[in-house]
Amino acid sequence: MDIGLIHYLSVAAILFTIGVFGIFVNRKNVIIILMSIELILLAVNINFVAFSTYLNDISGQIMAMFVLTVAAAEAAVGLAVLVTFFRNRGDIAVDDASVMKG
Amino acid sequence: MLQGIAFYLLAATAVVSGLLVVTARNPVHSVLFLILAFFSSAGLFVLLGAEFLAMLLVVVYVGAVAVLFLFVVMMLDVDFLKLRGGYARYLPIGAIVAAVLLFEMILVSIAVVQGGATAGLTAPGAPSADMTNVEAIGRVLYTDYVYFFQAAGIVLLIAMIGAITLTLRHKPHIKRQNISDQVNRSAAKAMEVKSVQTGQGVSPEELL
Repeated sequence: MDIGLIHYLSVAAILFTIGVFGIFVNRKNVIIILMSIELILLAVNINFVAFSTYLNDISGQIMAMFVLTVAAAEAAVGLAVLVTFFRNRGDIAVDDASVMKG
Repeated sequence: MLQGIAFYLLAATAVVSGLLVVTARNPVHSVLFLILAFFSSAGLFVLLGAEFLAMLLVVVYVGAVAVLFLFVVMMLDVDFLKLRGGYARYLPIGAIVAAVLLFEMILVSIAVVQGGATAGLTAPGAPSADMTNVEAIGRVLYTDYVYFFQAAGIVLLIAMIGAITLTLRHKPHIKRQNISDQVNRSAAKAMEVKSVQTGQGVSPEELL
């Protein structure tokens, strides 16, 4: 039951994969896609923190903090775009979001 | 021993709730499972000795981002079942891509652990006795990474401005307070004295 670096890396890899899988299977639902992106960023954070701890270097945790910041900003702007899109179209299907196509 | 049990419990919870986020039929359940996944990951961070980031994860994600998701999911009146169309269609290709991705990442992880920069590191570096995790982060965050810190603040500011600009709208038929009109109003502009003849009264046209 000795927990090493590989265990944390595996958990992060699995969470990352779940996020990518979620984007694939929920292609029409923007909300689930945003949540999948959050999962992916969480997996990245786990990797950062695990390496930071095992290499005894605090920089990894600083980077994880910046990833957290960007993820929060991304979620806020993404949801704002979603709300605006819903107001204009009455729906959030990503397939319909092709107005800007030339 | 106890650490191993805690790790496997938290890791299993994180992975299972992560799976349920992407497979749940009801998006509200997805958000709740996302909260659970973040909470378990915060537990993993504590196990790794990153207490500050764990608390940050709980405060920022569970307290703010997940609640924001919850609000949006509940606010939008969307037929979510219709959005699930194509789920079965994309399942095989998604599963294949996910399997390949997972295989590659685990392979790289094993290779790194066995022969990379972290070869032979089986135990985490000993935390320094005289400094807490928060203190260690603070010491580098405000010195070596101060410009990144400022940049992160600007990113958040821009996100805030962007979100407000995107969602704020003024409905034309709603009466609002106009501060500059109020401030610029004076007695001379607001009032007009009319001398009315006795017994004549004032017709409405005259008043306009």
